[in-house]
Amino acid sequence: MAHRTPIESGAPDNKPFLHPTLLKNYGNWKYHDRPRPGVLHHVAHSGDEVWSVRAGTQRQMDVYTIRKLCDIADKFAEGHVRFTIRSNIEFMVADEKKVAPLVDALQKNGFPVGGTGNSVSMIAHTQGWLHCDIPGTDASGAVKALMDELHAEFIREEMPNRVHLSTSCCEINCGGQADIAIIVQHTKPPKINHDLVANMCERPAVVARCPVAAIRPALVNGKPSLEVDEKKCICCGACYPPCPPMQINDPEHSKLAIWVGGKNSNARGKPTFMKMVASGLPNNPPRWPEVSEIVKKILYTYKADARSWERLSDWVERIGWPRFFEKCDLPFTKYLIDDWRGSRANLNASTHIRF
Amino acid sequence: MAKKPHDTPLLDQLESGPWPSFVTGLKRLAKDKDYVVDLLGTLETSYRTKKGYWKGGTVGVFGYGGGVIPRFTELKNEDGTPVYPDAAELHTLRIQPPPGMHYTTDVLRKMCDVWEKHGTGLIAFHGQSGDIMFQGAKTPDVQTAFDELNEMGFDLGGAGPAVRTSMSCVGAARCEQSCFDEARAHRQVINTFTDDIHRPALPYKFKFKFSGCSNDCMNSIQRADMAVIGTWRDNMRSDEALARKWFAKHGMNELVNDVVARCPTKAIMLREVKELRTGDGAAHLTTVKVSDTHALEIDNKDCVRCMHCVNVMTGALAHGTDTGATILVGGKRTLKIGDLMGTVVVPFMPLKTDEDYDALVELGRKVIDFFAENALEHERTGEMIERIGLVNFLEGIGLEIDPNMVATPRTNPYVRTDGWDDEVAKANERKAKKVIEIKAA
Repeated sequence: MAHRTPIESGAPDNKPFLHPTLLKNYGNWKYHDRPRPGVLHHVAHSGDEVWSVRAGTQRQMDVYTIRKLCDIADKFAEGHVRFTIRSNIEFMVADEKKVAPLVDALQKNGFPVGGTGNSVSMIAHTQGWLHCDIPGTDASGAVKALMDELHAEFIREEMPNRVHLSTSCCEINCGGQADIAIIVQHTKPPKINHDLVANMCERPAVVARCPVAAIRPALVNGKPSLEVDEKKCICCGACYPPCPPMQINDPEHSKLAIWVGGKNSNARGKPTFMKMVASGLPNNPPRWPEVSEIVKKILYTYKADARSWERLSDWVERIGWPRFFEKCDLPFTKYLIDDWRGSRANLNASTHIRF
Repeated sequence: MAKKPHDTPLLDQLESGPWPSFVTGLKRLAKDKDYVVDLLGTLETSYRTKKGYWKGGTVGVFGYGGGVIPRFTELKNEDGTPVYPDAAELHTLRIQPPPGMHYTTDVLRKMCDVWEKHGTGLIAFHGQSGDIMFQGAKTPDVQTAFDELNEMGFDLGGAGPAVRTSMSCVGAARCEQSCFDEARAHRQVINTFTDDIHRPALPYKFKFKFSGCSNDCMNSIQRADMAVIGTWRDNMRSDEALARKWFAKHGMNELVNDVVARCPTKAIMLREVKELRTGDGAAHLTTVKVSDTHALEIDNKDCVRCMHCVNVMTGALAHGTDTGATILVGGKRTLKIGDLMGTVVVPFMPLKTDEDYDALVELGRKVIDFFAENALEHERTGEMIERIGLVNFLEGIGLEIDPNMVATPRTNPYVRTDGWDDEVAKANERKAKKVIEIKAA
């Protein structure tokens, strides 16, 4: 049988999918405001208006959930939707009267309306145990557990500024920079299955992958394999994807770390990387309560203490790191003092000290 | 009806609570599909043992070298047979979304029908690279599902050492802060490289992302090898009616504390209306009255286009009309040398005419060609630039240096400068060229 030749169409045109009011006023919008949490109101130079109602989803959706969202869109929202980068769904309507019934229908069907402005938005996350080949933990479950706890902050706009969260199941950090991020932190070197290395791993490529040059080819029990200098090893797990017999995930010793202060936006200060502020938390499914507790402690300390428009990084810049650790009741350990390349830029080269 | 579900006491605990539950969704699918019954069995095992059970492999569609993420179970009985045989394979199709991730319900329903028929029925909107992820199909169904999605006008995204699926913000479709046509830039650039998406042959992954303003809703600066971020060169616009409305609602304290004091370069001043400057000396100023007595004055020469005041006083303040983008190269996450932000390689590129968009594509092509030729295996652009230095990279792709590319000039003397006079001559040439360009404009 002749095989079908793929149509290499690439990214499709979005014009056929745009809500008619968006299509008509493309590139011609004047301003927006937020009449209530979860609703954006945009006004075009033409005078046209559009209301967008934003709702949280579980991201990994079964077809029944997607069809339910489609039913709501068909009945209340003119048959068009879009998704945000944080897996929220948005319904656009050109008539203000349609907003309240739409909000109502979403809430009745279990979709929280919110995630706009100075709220805690949905967590950017990864695949985890559900589908990834190298995960130290789960993603969807950890997100579900945490969003259950933060639901009230998703549906309200009561934070000093927007709060972005992310989770990542390994140190590669596919979840990305965020105001508060949860990332797996391994604490032991990989356990090597020497019987499998020769057949499964391209050894020079694995050696090259190590950030600290701790791996070298070796004969183990007469077989070509790899060995790790465990004194040098930083337990990052970089060798595990190219060489699965170098198992880095450990049910006990793969821990979770909390990072804060990442910001992609250029608003006010330049974009910032997040910083590790806690680690050693147990990987404790199905609800990871130890992680939720610290995330909430940081979040509510920020909520109480930051001034309006301060992102988490702006707040820490004002109050200083010593007070951050004090206020959030987090221990400052030697592991939080950077010693990677360029680390001296992260030390305090001044007498700027708050007392 | 599917077979009897496995006990899932741990996953069951993720069905309560106010947030939508993916476990409830999986269980609904498991009513009809043995496949999902066993997928839940596998996931429950992970929750119990704290281990992952998927490994990669080789599955694809005819004509393409990537875009499918193969997964085979490693959860085996002692005799080597899968513990959950109906979920022994869980391949994912990465499908490129339309720019801005807009859909009609019609197209979403068609996608659901395809995946209900050929896969698990589990779809993620969207993955971190922007793909729609059709999660879980068996090897024989991958080709059929792809063919049907492909006939609907959708195509596979990138995986492995390839140009990856791109993302762009809602932008011009619904946002007043949009400084270029993000969807056009997204499609024109990314669809130039379909071959490099479908046939992974680069040193490592290469990501483009498009944000319409420096709020950077696509997080491009920390994730994209080439970030295209909207900006403008002329004065900010203002709208007195909206400014007065804002002030009437928020008052002087918020104007001072939230707008004026938060400007990172102190480019905004609060003025009494009677002090406002006019005439030639004020050509670079944007002024707008917030009341009969007070006004904001923005010195556009000092403004770094950070978007803060525009975010706070939406519509009252707005970006200018001479719009385009700043191009940054080299953003990435941790592996291997640590996190890197993208850094400026083109401070301003106009994005209005056909030629402007062609020039953006051409720049992308040059960056990718240089990357393909010069990066080491598994090295991202940011790491390559760290290794060879920005100047070598710029010379390689034919871009001129510019002081906007640095946070500060060099802070150490460890450089051989015996070509100094020649470089001064070049700097003077660049300056003269700029003067001619400005006069022509």
